[in-house]
Amino acid sequence: MTATAIRTVALRKVFGDLVAVDALDLEVRTGEVFGLLGPNGSGKTTTIRMLCGLMPPTSGAMTVAGIDAVRDPEAVRRRIGYMSQKFGLYDDMTVRENYRFYAGLYGLRGAALADREAEQFNALALGPRAHQLVGTLSGGWKQKVSLACATAHRPDLVFLDEPTAGVDPAARRQFWQIIGDLARGGMTVLVTTHYMDEAERCERLAFLSRGHLIGVGTPAEVSRQFGEATVEDVFIALQRKDEGVAA
Amino acid sequence: MRRLRAWLGGSSVWPMLVKEFIQLRRDRPTVAMMVGIPAIQLLLFGFAIRTEVRQLPTAVLDEARSADSRALVQTMLNTGNFAHRLDATSREEVRALIGAGRINAAIIIPPDFTRDLKRGRTAEVQVIVDAADPLASQAAMSGAALGGQQRALQIATARGGFQVPIAVQVRPLYNPTLRSATYIVPGIVGVLLSMTLIIVMSMAVVRERERGTLEQLVVTPISRTSLMLGKVLPFVLVGYVQMTVILLLGQLVFHVPIRGSVTLLYVTALGFIGANLAIGLFLSTLVRTQAQAMQMGFLFLLPNLLLSGFMFPREAMPEVAQWLGLALPLTYFLEVLRGILLKGVGIDALWLQVGLLAGFAALFVMLAVQRFQKTVE
Repeated sequence: MTATAIRTVALRKVFGDLVAVDALDLEVRTGEVFGLLGPNGSGKTTTIRMLCGLMPPTSGAMTVAGIDAVRDPEAVRRRIGYMSQKFGLYDDMTVRENYRFYAGLYGLRGAALADREAEQFNALALGPRAHQLVGTLSGGWKQKVSLACATAHRPDLVFLDEPTAGVDPAARRQFWQIIGDLARGGMTVLVTTHYMDEAERCERLAFLSRGHLIGVGTPAEVSRQFGEATVEDVFIALQRKDEGVAA
Repeated sequence: MRRLRAWLGGSSVWPMLVKEFIQLRRDRPTVAMMVGIPAIQLLLFGFAIRTEVRQLPTAVLDEARSADSRALVQTMLNTGNFAHRLDATSREEVRALIGAGRINAAIIIPPDFTRDLKRGRTAEVQVIVDAADPLASQAAMSGAALGGQQRALQIATARGGFQVPIAVQVRPLYNPTLRSATYIVPGIVGVLLSMTLIIVMSMAVVRERERGTLEQLVVTPISRTSLMLGKVLPFVLVGYVQMTVILLLGQLVFHVPIRGSVTLLYVTALGFIGANLAIGLFLSTLVRTQAQAMQMGFLFLLPNLLLSGFMFPREAMPEVAQWLGLALPLTYFLEVLRGILLKGVGIDALWLQVGLLAGFAALFVMLAVQRFQKTVE
């Protein structure tokens, strides 16, 4: 494992007339919690989808976990976990059935699967909910199950696309503790969020605006760079600017 | 078998299959739809057919007006296939009544019936049938033949001769190619398989797309083949269950014969089921929502119903419609179904159809595989 978990060079994605991501140079270090911030439509989700191999970039290069992700997205898939905005769980299956399904797709079988399941269910306190249908879970529980599924195979990297949207504050706090645990265990976490208290908890941040990277650094560095007191001020200033340009 | 199990256990098809069956088991409405609807449809079709073949509204034109003619008419009415509605006075009136739909059949006994009978000649009787309704004409034919035979037998026995005393001549109007109930029921197997498999298959994939689970699935290392096989295989089983239900009901309730090899039928059906599932999979790549999938499914169904020969005989269609029908897998599967069930023919008579069905399956699978990518948007 190299010290760089993700590197993109001049990454670009175009949908018809819309340039969703342009000239993106990004570097995420191994084992850090990296936040991708920006208003809606700034290209966060598109970036994550390209990195996960869900959509090919229009041009540019990207390396994920040391693998050329443009040439070999399939190899990347074995090394990463991904949690989409919609959770991606089956409502008509129980917590355990969902977990075993995804763990199975990542190649876990038999004793290895049982061990990992016990470990994760214990760490995330999922045991009591094992036989509950996912459709009947609250947002906070769904998000924990979803994270367990996305990290069942101990990926090098995990991508979390707005994992805490619509989740209550207590569950959000708990979730960020879990993210901290994952990073301490050596997993690189790339997360997008709209919550500024969450952004402050990232080791480093990247700000996207209208498909362009406009600032990278620790939360304090980013605030300083834009001459604002907090990351939230930076965000609001950016959003105003974006909307002003759009109008 | 062992190697198959090892391969299944090691590949990502296995978790996919487990998942599909868990979901199928919980999705009671879909299971009910897939097994219940064929049963209901079959019963509706079947009983509609049954009630129509009895008690056809019939006019009697008895120009002979003798004891013999009245006896023959009574024998025919006694078969239960004719219901005596009115007495006509002329052939023109009979035609007008049929044309207007007031009656479906007419028994006509010519004036010289009694004379011919007395002189030992073959006395002719005519039964005219509105064959626009093929089922009605079938009933009329059998009723007329049965009545005629009974009377003829009685007279011949009394007379002690070998000459046939009465000949019943049936004239079907409007539709010379007669088709019977047993001809329709095997077709229902094909139509229902097509209908449910295409729609249920495409909806199953689109549902995952709508709920966002497809996106989650494609970022896993699951291979495209495993993903598609895992989605398709459970429905192959569903297809066979459907087919079995319809065939069993067809036999138990409507006495549709199975004259040929059941094994041959089931093996051949794989090509048809495969082709339909691949079409469903292909369809799922063209639409965004389940509602769209449903609409596309029905859109595809219409030409199948009309052009495959299920409802109307293909020979009677305009040439363009015949050509279009050749592009439908159902056309060939209907020939296989009717061939095996009704005529009892073997593989030697069905090579072409079986080959074409396999070809269709391969073609649509290729199309589906090409369209079905492990990416979003």
